[in-house]
Amino acid sequence: MADTAGQSSALLIEHLGRTAVAAIEEFGYYFLLWLESLYWLLFGWMKKQPVRLASMAAQMVTIGIAATPIVTILAFTIGVMLAIQGIATLKTFGAEEQVVMGIALSVTREFAALITAIVVAGRSGSALAARIGTMQVSQEIDALRVMSINPVRYLASPVLAAMMLMVPSLTLIADFAALLGGAVFTNLELGLSYAAYLDRTLGSLVFDDVRQGLIKSLVFATIITVIGVSNGFQVTGGAEGVGRATTRAVVLSISYIVVADMLFTYFLNR
Amino acid sequence: MTRSDTQPVIEVSELTAHYGSRKILDNIDFHVEPGEIRIIMGGSGSGKSTLLRHLLGLNLPTSGRVRMLGVDVARASAGEMHELRRNIGVAFQGGALFSSMTVGENIKLPLREHARLDETTMDIMVRLKLEVVNLAGFEHLMPAQLSGGMIKRAAVARAVIMDPKLLFFDEPSAGLDPVVSAELDEMILRLREAMNMSIVVVTHELESAFKIADRITVLDHGRILMTGTVPEVQNCPHPRVQDLLNRRPRRAEINAEDYLQRLTGG
Repeated sequence: MADTAGQSSALLIEHLGRTAVAAIEEFGYYFLLWLESLYWLLFGWMKKQPVRLASMAAQMVTIGIAATPIVTILAFTIGVMLAIQGIATLKTFGAEEQVVMGIALSVTREFAALITAIVVAGRSGSALAARIGTMQVSQEIDALRVMSINPVRYLASPVLAAMMLMVPSLTLIADFAALLGGAVFTNLELGLSYAAYLDRTLGSLVFDDVRQGLIKSLVFATIITVIGVSNGFQVTGGAEGVGRATTRAVVLSISYIVVADMLFTYFLNR
Repeated sequence: MTRSDTQPVIEVSELTAHYGSRKILDNIDFHVEPGEIRIIMGGSGSGKSTLLRHLLGLNLPTSGRVRMLGVDVARASAGEMHELRRNIGVAFQGGALFSSMTVGENIKLPLREHARLDETTMDIMVRLKLEVVNLAGFEHLMPAQLSGGMIKRAAVARAVIMDPKLLFFDEPSAGLDPVVSAELDEMILRLREAMNMSIVVVTHELESAFKIADRITVLDHGRILMTGTVPEVQNCPHPRVQDLLNRRPRRAEINAEDYLQRLTGG
């Protein structure tokens, strides 16, 4: 009996160790992939293997332009939600009027960047993993390599560039949409005029608040790209593997986004 | 690259490769002469696909050396590897055409990435290669709109667009009917004639192998059983070679004790 208990705890420790090693390995893979994508973006043209502007533009359309409507709608909704909650909470103190500042700060610092990143992760992170994973399964990645077309340069770098431009842009749009949502609800509920809302918003915001959201959105863009691309490249096991990679890419990037958000909020507010 | 025309285009010496802890290739020595059509033949699991991946530099060996066109694949710098790969063409088993691009764009891709040519010149080169593989007029279709045989031929057109010195085929006849497969064999012979390439074909189709081969290398369980001309292979007394030629099932020897142990999982 004692022997089997010892054996199973040894197995557990072994399992823990293997999981830890795998996690560290994966993190290293993400980091190297990120470095390599940046390398091709910055120095590819020197080696006559530039990252193509055309494919960057195509990615920007699918990642950014196509996501604009949904990001706008969701951000507007978040703005309304914050107004509802804010007014309800502040009512107890008789300070409903302060809701404008609350909305302004939490939208620009937090919610615009977060909702944008979650939408982009769901739309583009998964598509990225699925596309690259399918290419891996059908030997298209091998074909790129034997044609001496570096797969990271050809597939990952344009996406990274497009994400770094489009996620912050979408975040800005989300800022405006969410503030507008807040304005509409405050106007209906408290009868606050749009001019007064705008005035108070501008009065309580400093540039640093918006910048915080934008810095975060750059980090989120990197997370979505690196995790989507890595999971795509690492696909094994056919169609089922592609499905698994897609799910994994979305779940992992959203988790990393939330954790990174918490860490950045902590450090940026010290 | 300064090398004589008589030096082998592929020199593999003492190549050993593992997949995890399983040994897939065991001490392989393998040479291909310029202008030769070499068949690598073997059953499933013989290691022929793994050997191909090592020749293409997609996998790195546990030990041993792979030299292609005089370049040591494991030790080559990025620049050397880039130069080497421009001289190699590969037609993959499933074609591996990029599904998001038209046939023409697929074939044009290596040119676009590696050569500085204007669009019209590239278009003409694409049409030339499509003529070679009998696919003229199909450049605007998507890969999904092509039949299996057409996909393979389009893949060949892409493989030869840079006029490589060395061309690889992975299972060219897999999944094709006998007529299309025979046409593909004709095409391989014609390509060698027209472009004076060395060609390596990985296959398990005997008929096709006997038709196009200058020499055949027979692989089994990661080892080379023999290398020889078609008659030499046909007359080889080795039982495993004969099994392969006559489609005989393997005669596994059953050891009662091992068998029991496998069953009980001990």
